[in-house]
Amino acid sequence: MSLDPQALLAILAMMGATYFTRVVGFLLRARLDLSPRMQAAFEAIPAAVLVAVIAPSLLATGWRETVASLIAALAATRLPLIGVGLVGVAAIVTLRQF
Amino acid sequence: MTSMVSDQSRGAAEFRDGARDILPPLIAAIPIGLVYGAICTAKGMSVVEAALASALVFAGGAQFAATELWANPPPVLALALSTLLINARHVLMGASLKPKARFGAATPFVVFWMADENWALAERRAARGPVTLAYWLGMAAPFYVNWITWTVVGAAGGALLGDPARFGADFAFTALFIGLVAGFWKGRSTGVTVAAAGVAAALVYRTLGSPWHVLAGAFAGMVAAAATTRGGTR
Repeated sequence: MSLDPQALLAILAMMGATYFTRVVGFLLRARLDLSPRMQAAFEAIPAAVLVAVIAPSLLATGWRETVASLIAALAATRLPLIGVGLVGVAAIVTLRQF
Repeated sequence: MTSMVSDQSRGAAEFRDGARDILPPLIAAIPIGLVYGAICTAKGMSVVEAALASALVFAGGAQFAATELWANPPPVLALALSTLLINARHVLMGASLKPKARFGAATPFVVFWMADENWALAERRAARGPVTLAYWLGMAAPFYVNWITWTVVGAAGGALLGDPARFGADFAFTALFIGLVAGFWKGRSTGVTVAAAGVAAALVYRTLGSPWHVLAGAFAGMVAAAATTRGGTR
């Protein structure tokens, strides 16, 4: 049950850095008229960020992860989110037997 | 009076919707929280410190990266910089969500709970209308409590858990994010975005390494979408 002062300081610094990133996007963007190109760039943010986050697992970990990702993508065309998760996990567990 | 009651019941319904929608990522976060707690203990953090990190930082990717840098005494500046860089994507996420969110005066407080998962679900919800504060809190509250709870359990006894890859837990978020991206699909332009973001992120991950791949991929996806939009040239 120990709390080291410098550990607390480190955690608080991480909290500050994280909160800054969370709040600044909401402060930055006034409701200004964006050009169609900027509009397209902003509309691309959700898909672009999510794909960038999972790209290492998707494309740069191994063939099993890449194949399981394809299977999950296929499942995503017809199943709700929880189903996609279950199919993906089942696929990777099965592929890792080989 | 009646309008107050209906406002309240609408708020309660929105809250329930949020709590329902967050369930798949919430379940997927259980093994991740356990592993995080176990790694914290292995790196010499106390249970209290691990719990505080999850409660105050509440950002899985940055927290895992911090365990790599953690030492005794912890390098405060390096940890802050690493966290800032890994979470820089939040700036884009917030800018994208802002015009869709109706958080009012609570905005500066409730953005604290913006994680990849509830943000992505909020973006999905925005297709149906504005994202309400009740919906946001309906997602955030259970997800937040869940993350802290399993961190503590993991820190207290997670070493017993073994390798999470054995039961595919490490892949759960990848699969869920694929499902969320599919939900954002709007035809060819999304395909261009996804291809550019995926290839750029994978290349940068292999060369510069983590966490640069996230920003590189996000920007590549945005640039590709801007470059291929028809509205700009017409």
